[in-house]
Amino acid sequence: MAEHQITLPLSDEVIESLHAGDYAFLTGSVLTARDVAHKRMVETLAKGDALPIDIRGELIYYVGPTPPKPGQVVGSAGPTTAMRMDPFTIPLLEAGLKGTIGKGGRGPEVAKALQEHRAVYFLAVGGAGALLSRHIKAVDVVAYEDLGTEAMRRMQFDGFPVVVCNDIHGGDALSLGKAQWRRSG
Amino acid sequence: MREVHVDQIRDTVSRLCQEASCLLPEDVVGALETAREREQSPVAVKVLDQILDNAELAREEMLPLCQDTGTTILFLDIGQDVHITGGDLRQALVEGVGAGYTKGYLRASIVDRPFSARTNTKDNTPPIVHTEIVPGESVRIQVMPKGGGCENMSRFTIMLPAAGKPGITEFLLQTVDESGGNPCPPIIAGVGVGGSAEHAMYMAKRALTRKIGDVNPDAEEAAFEAELLEAVNGLGVGPQAIGGTQTALAVHMMTHPTHIASLPVAVNLQCHSARLKEAVL
Repeated sequence: MAEHQITLPLSDEVIESLHAGDYAFLTGSVLTARDVAHKRMVETLAKGDALPIDIRGELIYYVGPTPPKPGQVVGSAGPTTAMRMDPFTIPLLEAGLKGTIGKGGRGPEVAKALQEHRAVYFLAVGGAGALLSRHIKAVDVVAYEDLGTEAMRRMQFDGFPVVVCNDIHGGDALSLGKAQWRRSG
Repeated sequence: MREVHVDQIRDTVSRLCQEASCLLPEDVVGALETAREREQSPVAVKVLDQILDNAELAREEMLPLCQDTGTTILFLDIGQDVHITGGDLRQALVEGVGAGYTKGYLRASIVDRPFSARTNTKDNTPPIVHTEIVPGESVRIQVMPKGGGCENMSRFTIMLPAAGKPGITEFLLQTVDESGGNPCPPIIAGVGVGGSAEHAMYMAKRALTRKIGDVNPDAEEAAFEAELLEAVNGLGVGPQAIGGTQTALAVHMMTHPTHIASLPVAVNLQCHSARLKEAVL
């Protein structure tokens, strides 16, 4: 498996070079959104209106952090289940989103759409929220502040560790991994 | 008759919520270390390293292990010779959870009006409370912050009695396989067999409060658990579903006599961040 040090935003060359199962360390800016923010963005797009923040070329991290303690930039901040965002992902890819970060697999339609739109889905380790917060250097709420933990934020990553799950070549790290180690079922 | 004041219960619940969210139980850490030794996939080993490093960091700095500090599940085993004084027990439990989540900077993840407005209650209340009346004059309180990712993968069915062990095995394997990375493997699988519909799921969850390594006192169930663990780990799902040999840390079963016509089976999965803290008053 290859290892990549990536400075965001993701360029088309970098996206081309990523393969399912590769390790990557992300540095730079990402957006965050969970269920309700996704629903709102897709409703806005459906009306033909502009999103509160431009998502072209961006990565969205599926996370709802714990509240920061005094002196902290962010609380624990690991990934949430990506599958819940599947119904909203294709319109966002059509609007120019270049990648997402979450845990667990994506449905076949999203996997296909990622390929079509030359975008990537990365896995971060679920349940490692304390550790992952150490790779987040700044956080600002940028939209939907009323949603609290579910508000959209901009986060500055510093070497944030991820694994490439769905690449633009049709690879899926979860199905490849399972096939390699399956003995029963 | 012994008296226990509700204020003591409230303050204990508050403390347990905070400790449970930051301190991974020793038996779970031990099981993760064993899984790391046994895991054969190099990618999965890296995942397990991150999980173990996370537990150490959370313990040292009292940080929540996971941003999902869960639905707060409370198990109360109340001795029949205890008199709870000073107010409403239910209210004390709600206040304890609210205080614990607020003071501990834990995420408020509970929404009211679940099928419509879904308004956040802001302090993770109300908790889910299970009480049992037991012999004795003490109150045991267990706090289990249960993440949404794993709880969403719960499954329940009532099989034909003829389905037996093969039916239960197939149902568990299918549940774990289809859940993939969503419940954050390596998981602990709680399996409730028998009883009635609601009791089967209660047993599946209560089985998750058993320490890993504590052997099921029923020899037949213990052997079945070992068989199921072996089968689950053969699925290849692996840590975070990245592929590997360590999909589950344990399978814990609870059973109850059931109706001649029924074989209820419930599965409740617990993530690797299997948070649980208890106190006895």
